Amino acid sequence: MTTTTHQAAESDSYLTVNNIEVIYDHVILVLKGVSLQVPKGRIVALLGANGAGKSTTLKSISNLLAAERGDVTKGDIMFKGTRVDQMTPNELVKRGVIQVMEGRHCFGHLTLEENLLTGAYTRSISRAELKQSLEMVYHYFPRLKQRRMTQAGYTSGGEQQMCAIGRALMAKPEMILLDEPSMGLAPQIVEEIFEIVKNLNQSERVSFLLAEQNTMVALRYADFGYILENGRVVMEGDAKDLASNEDVKEFYLGLSSAGRKSFRDVKHYRRRKRWLS
Amino acid sequence: MQFFFEVLIGGLLSGVMYSFIALGFVLIYKASGVFNFAQGAMVFFAALTFVGIMEMGVPFWLALILAFGAMVLLGIATEKIVLRPLVNQPPIALFMATIGLTFFVEGLAQAMWGASVRGLDLGIQDEPIGWILEATDIGVSKFDLFAAGVAAVLVTALALFFQYTRVGRALRAVADDHQAALSIGIPLQNIWRIVWAVAGFVALVAGLLWGARNGVQFALVFTALKALPVLILGGFTSVPGAIVGGLIIGSSEKLAEVYLGSYVGGGIDSWFPYVLALAFLLVRPEGLFGEKHIDRV
Repeated sequence: MTTTTHQAAESDSYLTVNNIEVIYDHVILVLKGVSLQVPKGRIVALLGANGAGKSTTLKSISNLLAAERGDVTKGDIMFKGTRVDQMTPNELVKRGVIQVMEGRHCFGHLTLEENLLTGAYTRSISRAELKQSLEMVYHYFPRLKQRRMTQAGYTSGGEQQMCAIGRALMAKPEMILLDEPSMGLAPQIVEEIFEIVKNLNQSERVSFLLAEQNTMVALRYADFGYILENGRVVMEGDAKDLASNEDVKEFYLGLSSAGRKSFRDVKHYRRRKRWLS
Repeated sequence: MQFFFEVLIGGLLSGVMYSFIALGFVLIYKASGVFNFAQGAMVFFAALTFVGIMEMGVPFWLALILAFGAMVLLGIATEKIVLRPLVNQPPIALFMATIGLTFFVEGLAQAMWGASVRGLDLGIQDEPIGWILEATDIGVSKFDLFAAGVAAVLVTALALFFQYTRVGRALRAVADDHQAALSIGIPLQNIWRIVWAVAGFVALVAGLLWGARNGVQFALVFTALKALPVLILGGFTSVPGAIVGGLIIGSSEKLAEVYLGSYVGGGIDSWFPYVLALAFLLVRPEGLFGEKHIDRV
């Protein structure tokens, strides 16, 4: 790649994570140089097993790390040409980057509608505009409208996930960091939620960076994918290419050309050393 | 029967006084999940500051505003120095911190204004209201009725604030889930500052009323202990609960004193509320109006 095309690619992308290292509690090294890019208006999937660093990557972008005593010690994070790694979540939400946390985290004692309304906290808007945003969310999640007066704690897992995404939408984000939307949900609901994500991406032009363990579904809806392992990106590519890649099939989709294999036969994966930049 | 009503009304009204203290606990507990042990000390600090400013010859309303300002400053300082470094620590750590805060605030108040007992006159006498006494032969204290009126206004205002305003909603959201509130861009620091300022204001009102009744003195700190059974009865998370709990505690302790006291040699009202609270814990640990912990199975 020549320098000029590289720079062009750089300016194209919207959210850029550059070789970040994250340490929790001053001692636990979790991310060992992760770089990734999310172009405007795309869905990018961040895949990997438990503990690979998917959530940590998302949290370092949204800067929820500080509250968990984590710290970005190296590298930088750029959003639309501004460095954002030292900003508070409040400033980031105002700039249009919002995270939907793993495990939904709805406000259990607030009704679904109140949950949605809190999402607009960072926008100082009139009642009419608030109403309009609310209707927009109900348009994508009709189920929330039906149950709007129910306390979120008494709704189903799928409804809570919808509530969490809807709440984030109320902040009028440009980019949503979606952490493990399929967690603990029935396959049918997972499909429904990914359909809505795709729909939001196309009609509202919201970009998504989503962390998922459900590799199969995530790659079907995403445009691009990164695979994390032990705090490093080990593979990246177009979602289609990744889905058809033999190694990905074997390690993450549980499919193999040679049928079931014993662990003894599993080949050791050679990681690309892209973190040594 | 008349005597019964007189005791009952007197008890209810004195219960309102407990409610004021309980209210401060509820506000902070609701918004930050911290049981603020220092609420009693804040009441003392507020009352002493108000009286201290008055003694310098400042008119009533200005003194009220200045004392409120002092409470807001205290709240902001608490957030900055005590709470912020302890974000994401277990609740017990925060609770311990508020115990430390108690001693500090008690000391600060006395260092600033001296430790002597002072009187406080709000211009409302603690005497029976004439026409009620004439019409029904029941003595209702003017002062107590005034306190009840203040409580009603305060609670209505707080309830409306929590239920219908943007900040109120954010406060409840923060109470439910800090992290989620942070993730949608609610600035926790601001929210906590607001809560401590509001709790400071409630402490000021409580301090003025209690101070006018019993004198502004160190013993105000211990009135906070009376709020504990109120909280257990009403629930730690409910503003109306604090009021209803206060009314129940106030009336039951007076009635128990009058009707049961003679069998056990009197002095019943100092321990009866705690027994009541203990019994309540067995039956309904979240209190009358407390939020039930919602768990999905």
